[in-house]
Amino acid sequence: MISEEEIRHIAKLSRLEFSAAQLEKFQKEFSAILEYVESLKTANVEGVEPMAHSVKVANVFRKDDPEIQGTRLDNNKKLLEIAPATEGDYLRSKAVF
Amino acid sequence: MHAGLAGKEFSAVELAKFFLDKIRKEDGQIKAFITVTEDLALAQARKVDEAISKGESIPMLAGIPCAIKDNILIEGVKCTSASKILENYVAPYDATVIKKLKEQGAVVLGKTNLDEFSMGSSTENSAFFATKNPRDTSRVPGGSSGGSAAATAAGFCKFALGSDTGGSIRQPASFCGVVGLKPTYGAVSRYGVMAFASSLDQIGPFANDAADCQAVFDAIKGKDPLDSTSLDSPERKEKLEIKGLRIGIPKEYFIKGMDKEVDGKMREAIGKYEKMGAKIVEVSLPHTEYALPCYYIIATAEASANLARYDGIKYGSSAANDPEVNDLLGVYVKSREKYFGGEVKRRIMLGTYVLSSGYYDAYYKRAQKVRTLIKKDFESALSQADVLLAPVSPTLPFKIGEKMEDPLSMYLSDIYTISINLAGVGAISMPAGWEGDLPVGMQIIGKPFEEDKMFQAAMAFEGKWE
Repeated sequence: MISEEEIRHIAKLSRLEFSAAQLEKFQKEFSAILEYVESLKTANVEGVEPMAHSVKVANVFRKDDPEIQGTRLDNNKKLLEIAPATEGDYLRSKAVF
Repeated sequence: MHAGLAGKEFSAVELAKFFLDKIRKEDGQIKAFITVTEDLALAQARKVDEAISKGESIPMLAGIPCAIKDNILIEGVKCTSASKILENYVAPYDATVIKKLKEQGAVVLGKTNLDEFSMGSSTENSAFFATKNPRDTSRVPGGSSGGSAAATAAGFCKFALGSDTGGSIRQPASFCGVVGLKPTYGAVSRYGVMAFASSLDQIGPFANDAADCQAVFDAIKGKDPLDSTSLDSPERKEKLEIKGLRIGIPKEYFIKGMDKEVDGKMREAIGKYEKMGAKIVEVSLPHTEYALPCYYIIATAEASANLARYDGIKYGSSAANDPEVNDLLGVYVKSREKYFGGEVKRRIMLGTYVLSSGYYDAYYKRAQKVRTLIKKDFESALSQADVLLAPVSPTLPFKIGEKMEDPLSMYLSDIYTISINLAGVGAISMPAGWEGDLPVGMQIIGKPFEEDKMFQAAMAFEGKWE
């Protein structure tokens, strides 16, 4: 079974938090799922190339054109409007430290 | 319906009002919709009526009422992905598929329920409410596009859009007894659908028969400069002859764990094709047993990266004003802790784990290699057959609440659908038959970008193809 400490570490990397009670339940579920995906270890993958994508396209380029990308200024305003907190044309956040 | 509009038997506004009224009266039982977009629907319908009154010829989908899964953006309309973290998020732009539907004049009635961020197989993981199966309201409609499937089956709309990452169109189509298409990866632009696992996600249509489903697919497909993984589908080929069509049956799908009702209906369906003159061939997908673990590594890995954007800063719900939050990291952690549901957290955690240092090679890279093997399985099977025929779900629609406490058993309900996403091929889900009031679905799986052939085979099964 995966240790509590490991779960805390993964939670930290995931930017998530669990209460002590949640952690215990999660530990059990997570261990069962991990045990299940472990079955992949019996697959023979010798000499097989990994694949990230099923479509054979690579390095698709386009012009840096705001009309195509929908990044015109009026769109930027819309994006600012949906932010939880702004100041002028900037997103507002808490201090890093 | 198109003919009725063009022939002025009824107006688009009348049609929209009829469906809106039906939703108002009956959706309290089904709960397919998160948002009903009455104003938008009526405005779109009026435009179509104007065009008709001017004597203009109207596109195929003009005035046709539809429903959209609530993870596809419509400018100015709330888009929640059934998550508390996006409860009040209003989309700033249209997804490409919406732009295309609007150009056709389709009428959007509302946004449908789903499992939060499409993570689930029953629509019970919605942060708001569970949707019920219109064929039997004690049962789930399937998921994650359960709202779209239920709305189509209940007659709340003529067609609907969903998205499919591991079966999220096909399994609910099967559970609700409608036709759904998971297009070939790349056939439909993903611009404006909320990303779950980008190498697997595809948008696709639901309808009550294959011809309608194809009409919608034709309207939304095609290369889009805003999605560089999208491609144009080739032009339609010649008419398909069912006589002599080679239908492959993957032997690994007919072994254990399948309900006898599903097994029975599948065998009847095979028999029906055989009677029509199709040639049934047994094919093998030898790496089937690895598909599910492979999927849960790849999909969660991609999801953990895709869902990093929900941070309480850029958009969506934020915990920045909570008293215990003092710094930036606190905003991230608290917003996510407070507003993400349990299944979403579980998958972000699994994805982070398999990508983390020390585990990357053992899990993620290994899964990517297994994915290559699965893709080759399909290439080989589809070289021996024109299409493959397979079940959609090993079980009939299950009861609401039945699998909620056991995430792993919920994952297993996707066993026949996920390989298709990993391989990137397309598949139609349609009723193979009925067990009392409950539908049993089957998949018609085709070579990449051969949706046309798959639809013809589906229409032949419906008895609507000569």
